[in-house]
Amino acid sequence: MTAMESITLKKLKERFPDSIIDTHSFRGDDTAIVKKEDILKICKFLRDDNELLYNFMMDLTAVDYYGREPRFEVVYHLYSLKYNMRVRIKVPVPESDCTTDSIIPVWIGADWFEREAYDLYGIIFKGHPNLKRILLYEEFEGHPLRKDYPVRGRQPLIGPKN
Amino acid sequence: MEKGGTGMGINIAMSNEQRAMGAGQEEGIEKVLGNSVLLTKLDEIIGWGRKYSFFLYPFITACCGMEFMSLAGPRYDLDRFGSALPRFSPRQADLLMVVGTISHKQAPILVKVYNQMTEPKWVFSFGVCATSGGFYDNYATVQGIDTLIPVDVYVPGCPPRPEMVIDGLLKLQQKVAKERWSDWPRGEAPVTKNK
Amino acid sequence: MTDLAKNLHTEHMVINMGPSHPVTHGTVKFLVTLDGETIVDFVVEIGYLHRGFEKMCENSTWEQVFPYTDRLNYLSPIINNVGYALAVEKLIGIDTPERCKYVRVIVSELSRLADHLTNVAASGLELGAFTAFLYFVEARDLVWDLLESVCGARLTSNYVRIGGLKNDLPDGFKEQTKEVFKRCRELWIDVDKLLTKNRIFIDRLKDVGIMPPDEAIAWGFTGPCLRASGVPYDVRKAQPYLVYDQIDFEIPIGEKGDNFDRYLVRMEEINQSMRIVEQALDKLPDGPINVDMPEYRWQSKDDIYTKIESLIFHFKTVTGGIRVPPGEVYFPVEGANGEVGFYLVSDGSGKPYKCRVRPPCFPLTAAMPRMIKGALIADIVPTFDMIHMIGGECDR
Repeated sequence: MTAMESITLKKLKERFPDSIIDTHSFRGDDTAIVKKEDILKICKFLRDDNELLYNFMMDLTAVDYYGREPRFEVVYHLYSLKYNMRVRIKVPVPESDCTTDSIIPVWIGADWFEREAYDLYGIIFKGHPNLKRILLYEEFEGHPLRKDYPVRGRQPLIGPKN
Repeated sequence: MEKGGTGMGINIAMSNEQRAMGAGQEEGIEKVLGNSVLLTKLDEIIGWGRKYSFFLYPFITACCGMEFMSLAGPRYDLDRFGSALPRFSPRQADLLMVVGTISHKQAPILVKVYNQMTEPKWVFSFGVCATSGGFYDNYATVQGIDTLIPVDVYVPGCPPRPEMVIDGLLKLQQKVAKERWSDWPRGEAPVTKNK
Repeated sequence: MTDLAKNLHTEHMVINMGPSHPVTHGTVKFLVTLDGETIVDFVVEIGYLHRGFEKMCENSTWEQVFPYTDRLNYLSPIINNVGYALAVEKLIGIDTPERCKYVRVIVSELSRLADHLTNVAASGLELGAFTAFLYFVEARDLVWDLLESVCGARLTSNYVRIGGLKNDLPDGFKEQTKEVFKRCRELWIDVDKLLTKNRIFIDRLKDVGIMPPDEAIAWGFTGPCLRASGVPYDVRKAQPYLVYDQIDFEIPIGEKGDNFDRYLVRMEEINQSMRIVEQALDKLPDGPINVDMPEYRWQSKDDIYTKIESLIFHFKTVTGGIRVPPGEVYFPVEGANGEVGFYLVSDGSGKPYKCRVRPPCFPLTAAMPRMIKGALIADIVPTFDMIHMIGGECDR
């Protein structure tokens, strides 16, 4: 990217000046950190605006910044097929109110990705039709990808513990 | 078959006589006749038949499954050892090949399949993930299927070369050939029996 | 007869195509609600091969992650290795020498070949075409021989390093590749004759599992399944990495988005991959294959045993891990199944803070109910085969 800011970040800042907490382009990846209450509006705008057209939701994941407040960050990677550009949207989610809106109304493919983020991190997506565990079994307690869960914390359904 | 030709005829007649005398006395007869040539010949023939006709149940989960496909392919042919046909029903299989990592979510299913298999049955642990959990020492992986079911042959490797698996199969054949009539039945897997 | 059909009391039956099933590649459970043989409802349950890839990566150094990436898409492991190495190199900000890029392209395409060969072989097997399975497993074994001569292992290669490769191509590689490709092309023609115009194969695959392009994009499809729906998206052409912009190849695009198109796209990609490897071998430049920065890629054993700086760097990077500057990066690579993206977060230490892989077959499996509702139960087999879900990648 040149010294000029990319069109995505510029349009986001124009349209939602209060929702954007921060932007940067580290190593050429456009990133915008937005408030979690506005994520649905922002996603709809990114998908429908004629100069952006982000029709692919490539990835949805979460990161646990243990020891920092807000603790979690939900990360969305988007791709626009027509304009061949990528953007990363990050939504900080505090541990005390570990919820955010589900973006299934915008891209239906977000369904399983959100279930996985719930399963492994414990972030609840409001409005998700079927928020159940997907990679682990129902009887599992805890969320293993959090930094305070031990690597070897086995909870076997059958058989000895170790 | 020449080895046990006439002998086999005599053995069957003897066994019928023994059965006619009552099942409880079979133990006594075995103790008396013990390692005599009649019963051992029967064991040998049955072992010979069993070792050259394994019906595999390939319980495939992960990467080792690709080496299993190669094993069943034309270059490393499993058909030459008599175990060509995979039987995908536990009732029809007698060799459970656990191929790949077993996670804790999959573990009850493995034990159920093992319990559903009819005896005699053997378990072949294919790959290091089935043997001991591999390098996945974490919250999701069973650290070796021998914590759940009794295993006969362990073949480590990530994934093992097909030649290693064939070596393991030959060792299993030697083991099966030496088995005795009284080894079976053994009952269900220890992990469900002791509940 | 029509009165009888109206008054006949029927119930829907729920059957379980359980996790240990040959068709579900051993790691997926389908709960199928049937009305006769028509599928009314379809629920997919995955997670039976969850091995904790991300948690293991957070507890290993940056170099120790490579074997874990091998076992993600275990049919084309080198593509995962290359994707991870490129992502870390982007995060650090280094560029590898030209020869290294060409060799990475060559081994990536060989891996992609192995993946597509296995997919067509397995689909043939599950539909009853056992001969196609045998032919393509023979071809795959030959390709694996090539990979074994390069990196020592048939399947889990662990070949790529951050800032270079483990070792250079062996002598005589070009001639060996020529012979292998001659045989592969013969086998390709054989399997093409067996399957592509086969009445039974066409009947089972055509017009089944259709996915229109807009919905495919909304679900997050990438790779051959998306290209079969008519969307011309390939990361190698859209955002070229390594030396793909200097090599001449085509990407096949389908029309309808049914299973038969996916099969045709994969068969044509086999040919294109062979073309790419041959061109790359012709253009292969001489030079080093590792970047000359001992703090990221340790030097040759001669140097380590004689020079003190090489020894110190080797010791520090092996025991503590290389020091990657803090930040985050996302790097997409065209895997055999779709876009494999690595999202890495670094906090400046020797271990990744987060190492996420975007699994291409995760949205494909999620869209199975959409593709299969209303079809017959026998259509589950070709649809699931053509999606090519790989447990190691979907469940990680």
